[in-house]
Amino acid sequence: MTPLVHATTPGGFLLVLATILPVCAVLAILASGPRSAARIALATFAAGLAVAIAIATELISSGKALSYVVGAWQPPLGIALRADGLSGAMLVMTALVVVAVGLFAHIQHGLQTDAGGGRAQTTFWVMLLALWSALNAVFVGEDLFNLYVALELLTFAAVPLVCLDGRAETVTAALRYLLFALIGSLLYLLGAGLIYGQYGTLDLLALAQLARQDPALAVALALMIVGLLAKAALFPLHLWLPPAHAGAPAPASAVLSALVIKAPVFLILRLVLDVAPPQAAAIAGQMLAVLGAASILFCSVMALRQARLKLMIAYSTVAQIGYLFIVFPLAAGSADLPPWGTIAWTGGALQLVSHALAKAAMFLAAGVIAEAFGHDRIADLGGFGRVLPISAAAFGLAGLSLMGIPPSGGFVAKCLLLTAAVIQGNPWLAATILAGGVLAGAYVFRVIDKALAVPTVPIVARRAVPRRLECAALALAIAAVLIGFVPLRPFGFLQIGRDGLNLAWAP
Amino acid sequence: MMAVLQPGVLFGLCGAALVGIGLFAVITHPGLLRRIVGCNILGAGIFLVFGAVARRGAGPGFDADPVPQALVITGIVVAFSASALAVALLKRLAELTVDDRAAPDESRSGL
Repeated sequence: MTPLVHATTPGGFLLVLATILPVCAVLAILASGPRSAARIALATFAAGLAVAIAIATELISSGKALSYVVGAWQPPLGIALRADGLSGAMLVMTALVVVAVGLFAHIQHGLQTDAGGGRAQTTFWVMLLALWSALNAVFVGEDLFNLYVALELLTFAAVPLVCLDGRAETVTAALRYLLFALIGSLLYLLGAGLIYGQYGTLDLLALAQLARQDPALAVALALMIVGLLAKAALFPLHLWLPPAHAGAPAPASAVLSALVIKAPVFLILRLVLDVAPPQAAAIAGQMLAVLGAASILFCSVMALRQARLKLMIAYSTVAQIGYLFIVFPLAAGSADLPPWGTIAWTGGALQLVSHALAKAAMFLAAGVIAEAFGHDRIADLGGFGRVLPISAAAFGLAGLSLMGIPPSGGFVAKCLLLTAAVIQGNPWLAATILAGGVLAGAYVFRVIDKALAVPTVPIVARRAVPRRLECAALALAIAAVLIGFVPLRPFGFLQIGRDGLNLAWAP
Repeated sequence: MMAVLQPGVLFGLCGAALVGIGLFAVITHPGLLRRIVGCNILGAGIFLVFGAVARRGAGPGFDADPVPQALVITGIVVAFSASALAVALLKRLAELTVDDRAAPDESRSGL
């Protein structure tokens, strides 16, 4: 058996580009001052989207993972970057959401006439670009310590976004988020240290071959996964998320909810499926699934009980994240079927992407509503659909995906997960998936009901909102629906570059 | 007794103790400043564990494996930035709440 080593592939430099382009833009903004911040950011959005699409095209045309060995130093001394099919899907999803949110923010900033907003706007652009770079670094990272640094950069970019408006309650939420995230990344770092002590490497590809059943690895993985769960806000570590995501400005909430919490989830997926030996992966998978199911049920009920729209959407995020964790036992492969060949793997990846698009659309629609009426109390929004028909439509379409009603990406994802649960004879998980869908239907319907209501006193917008602003949310919601047209079977793109990983699965 | 006094083992045990103290402080103390300090103690413990790992993984003729030491340096920089960000937020929060106490008007209702 020849050991797998990293070798720079053609197009590997695209991975470097995806990581450093946004950083260069941040430096350019800092050098050239706030006046040109928006222009530099918009140019970077176009370039970054092109890079993400180029990576996906390269993956499809070559059918193999892209790799880049930084400075030609081979791991374990050097650092490798690698993008397989799943990473490629994450990169494209991130680029799409960042671009839509960036356009929304640009239009929204144009509406603000008061002079005080300039500093917050520049901070928003800088943090959004830094966040994009950190996300890309997480998705292409192959070195556990490098991933730790990327996760910390992600936190440092996300925390200021929470408290952009500088009110005491958002600063409190930001501080709480920072503390949760810090403990999470320190536990992750401790786990990485133990793994290095045991195996002498931090490279994920090398670990996939070296990993064996031993107590040090089990302790390390447990520490890392618990740390990442705190960052991913899975029940019962979700307490920081609702105030942080609901208090942030709408475009910031959209990226936080859609993208930032996906980075730790992605890493847990890689640790459990690539590094953990099969028995450990099975135990971890069962525990994660229990937490995921609890998350779906508990936070869906909490979402139903919220009086404010943004808090409702934030609780719905925790619930929808739960679906990503019930993937683990369902995607447990067998000798002739690796995890990434199962329908649950495709279902999980589709849930990740469709939730990102739908949740960003929902937060942007909520932002339009707050912009127009000056508040987001659901009870006082009766008839808002007549004033803001496009936003109501965007909210409804995004809701389809969260509920899992066809046609939508959420439907395909949940249908695949449900099928996998039934095939495996796992009635509890199947029932949880269905119950989560019904509860999501209930909380989305609460808002749609208000949108279509005919109140005795017609609701009046505090200020006019341009159609362009609403269209950003609608575009994301339509993208979430379009994902529903992918075929219902294991998706080839997501398997690119997986073969040869984790040889424990190989016959 | 001699086994405990070997530097690698000693570092590891000290690191484990600091991790325990730090986690205890972070989880049980309600005060935010104490929690930030707790995070720092936790981080110091983890860096000591890296030191023990470096010592144990030393190649023949070397005192220690340089890779964990390089990681610790980066880790300290990251932990320092995290503490700075947390303290800056805490300072801002203190200023905001002091302003509120000085002028107890409708701005308090937002809390």
